[in-house]
Amino acid sequence: MKNRIEHIFQQKDKEKLTIYFTAGYPNLNDTKTILKALDKADVDVIEIGMPYSDPLADGPTIQQSSMKALDNGMNLNTLFDQLADLRKITDKPVFIMGYCNNVLKYGTEKFCQKCAEVGVDGLILPDMPMHEFKLQFKPIFEKYNLKNVFLITPKTSEERIREVDAQEGGFIYMVSSSSTTGGSWGDSPERLDYLKRIQAMNLKTPRMVGFGISDHEALSMVNEYADGGIIGSAFIKALDGDDLEGSIEGFVNMVRN
Amino acid sequence: MEIKIDENGYYGEFGGAYIPELLHPNIEELKNNYLKISQEPEFIEEFKALLKDYVGRPTPLYLAKRLSEKHGAKIYLKREDLNHTGAHKINNAIGQALLAKRLGKKKIIAETGAGQHGVATATACALLDLPCKVFMGEVDMERQKPNVERMKILGAEVIPATSGSRTLKDATNEAMRYWINNPDDTHYIIGSVVGPHPFPDMVTRFQSVISEEMMAQLQEQEGTNAPDYVVACVGGGSNAAGAFYHYLNNEKVKLVAVEAAGHGLDSGETAATTARGSAGVLHGFKTLLMQSEDGQVTEPYSISAGLDYPGIGPLHAHLYASKRGIFKYVTDKEAMDAGVELSKLEGIIPAVETAHALAALDQFEFKKDDIVVVNLSGRGDKDLQTYINFGNY
Repeated sequence: MKNRIEHIFQQKDKEKLTIYFTAGYPNLNDTKTILKALDKADVDVIEIGMPYSDPLADGPTIQQSSMKALDNGMNLNTLFDQLADLRKITDKPVFIMGYCNNVLKYGTEKFCQKCAEVGVDGLILPDMPMHEFKLQFKPIFEKYNLKNVFLITPKTSEERIREVDAQEGGFIYMVSSSSTTGGSWGDSPERLDYLKRIQAMNLKTPRMVGFGISDHEALSMVNEYADGGIIGSAFIKALDGDDLEGSIEGFVNMVRN
Repeated sequence: MEIKIDENGYYGEFGGAYIPELLHPNIEELKNNYLKISQEPEFIEEFKALLKDYVGRPTPLYLAKRLSEKHGAKIYLKREDLNHTGAHKINNAIGQALLAKRLGKKKIIAETGAGQHGVATATACALLDLPCKVFMGEVDMERQKPNVERMKILGAEVIPATSGSRTLKDATNEAMRYWINNPDDTHYIIGSVVGPHPFPDMVTRFQSVISEEMMAQLQEQEGTNAPDYVVACVGGGSNAAGAFYHYLNNEKVKLVAVEAAGHGLDSGETAATTARGSAGVLHGFKTLLMQSEDGQVTEPYSISAGLDYPGIGPLHAHLYASKRGIFKYVTDKEAMDAGVELSKLEGIIPAVETAHALAALDQFEFKKDDIVVVNLSGRGDKDLQTYINFGNY
């Protein structure tokens, strides 16, 4: 059985846009509303952030949204309850992004089973070591037809990038620069070199670029060299609790056009 | 059963390197070089010379006669409190600063809870001419003001951690985030036997000078190089790891790790990770962790800023799980009473962290010939206000 993410990259009509949001933010029960609005908007892949108390790879915006979500009472059981109708809401690929500890504590097999039940396509766990994944978790992910997306950065070695490519994680998450999420974009010859270098490697796995993308200009630039862009912090900043649908539609239009 | 770390950084099921890819190059660089560099004769020579002439090693192994009388055993105190800067932390800070220089790093960052590791790092950086930033939770900065001032006088920049509960856990998060954003020229001197591999092993090795000296000193004073008990307090566990190191595989030596029970194990306000934690991942390693049922890391409590870490080093988690270690729990009050008692019996005011190890002696029935070494990890100057506020003297 094919995973939804594989269909997305077979469609060559336009560049791909992934949007990240933190579950339970700005309000505990906004998850479905945001999913519906993203489904309606011109978005290709949806990433749902699983809030964590100690999100090491995240900058202030996502940290604060996670803290607020936890204060709102978000937890994994609530999240899976909210996602029970996921596949009635959208047929776009949906990934859960978070940190290993939540998955391990919940029970990796139980977590993967729940993901499969509600129709999640894969996980993005920035602190999941490749060594551990291959050793312990890969068979469980495969059993539930879940992709595990690995990250690469400008400092990741070619050998390691080839190893990531071989994992067939649905897409490769290219971190745009050495930073936590929500950093600035701006002109950067190093970033351009990195985008070109990875493009020239002719990897078999599609590549999406994230961290620091906040507008149409940055998204257009990554689209030249990769299969799409991922936006998180800027989207969270743009969310207007009083008009979620409107603010989401407005934001996606802004970055698309 | 042999206690040792494997090539992937595991002690039994605990350890490893659960790090964002952004930190992978830094950790790989360290992993590939820390043993090689720290075993070079020139490195060893420079490190040992600084430990001797700058830190003041070897620290004495002192037979505490009146404390011995009270407990009916030979109680020795390994006087890490007599180190320059007042605690064992300086051993590791100098070791890692030397290593960082050899790795070509130009800047140092560190995290600190009680401030002792921050002071030690600021000191090592002043000595070796390395710019230094120390991350410290806002709450801890208030609790440990004298150490904040010491760091500043030594030339370090103290950066308040304002996220989460604003204590050690959050200072560590902020330091790691800073490292992610500044990977090229910066080395992160982690202060305890925690963090992704190779930090727990590297810090343990730099602190193992404690048990190395203990063996020689016991040989001279008692005609045997091994005590019956080694007792040490554990937050992350660096002083305990250093005191246990050469005895890990000598099962005749009982290794006693003392955790802070805070207001009591059942009070909901405790830092006793092995008693109240479960397996989890934090700060890049797998260990026993204080966490909610949902895997959110919860805030520990102890009167001692140096012991209220929600995890424990992977070596200690393994010592607990394998039963090689004996784990004891001491409340705030028991610790403060033991600190005052040592002050009056022996004229030594211990750090509140160390007072926990001393208080655990009451939980044993020793034989009169038992040789017990308590690792006196730090001195109590920084804690005078805490003693005064507690008012039990």
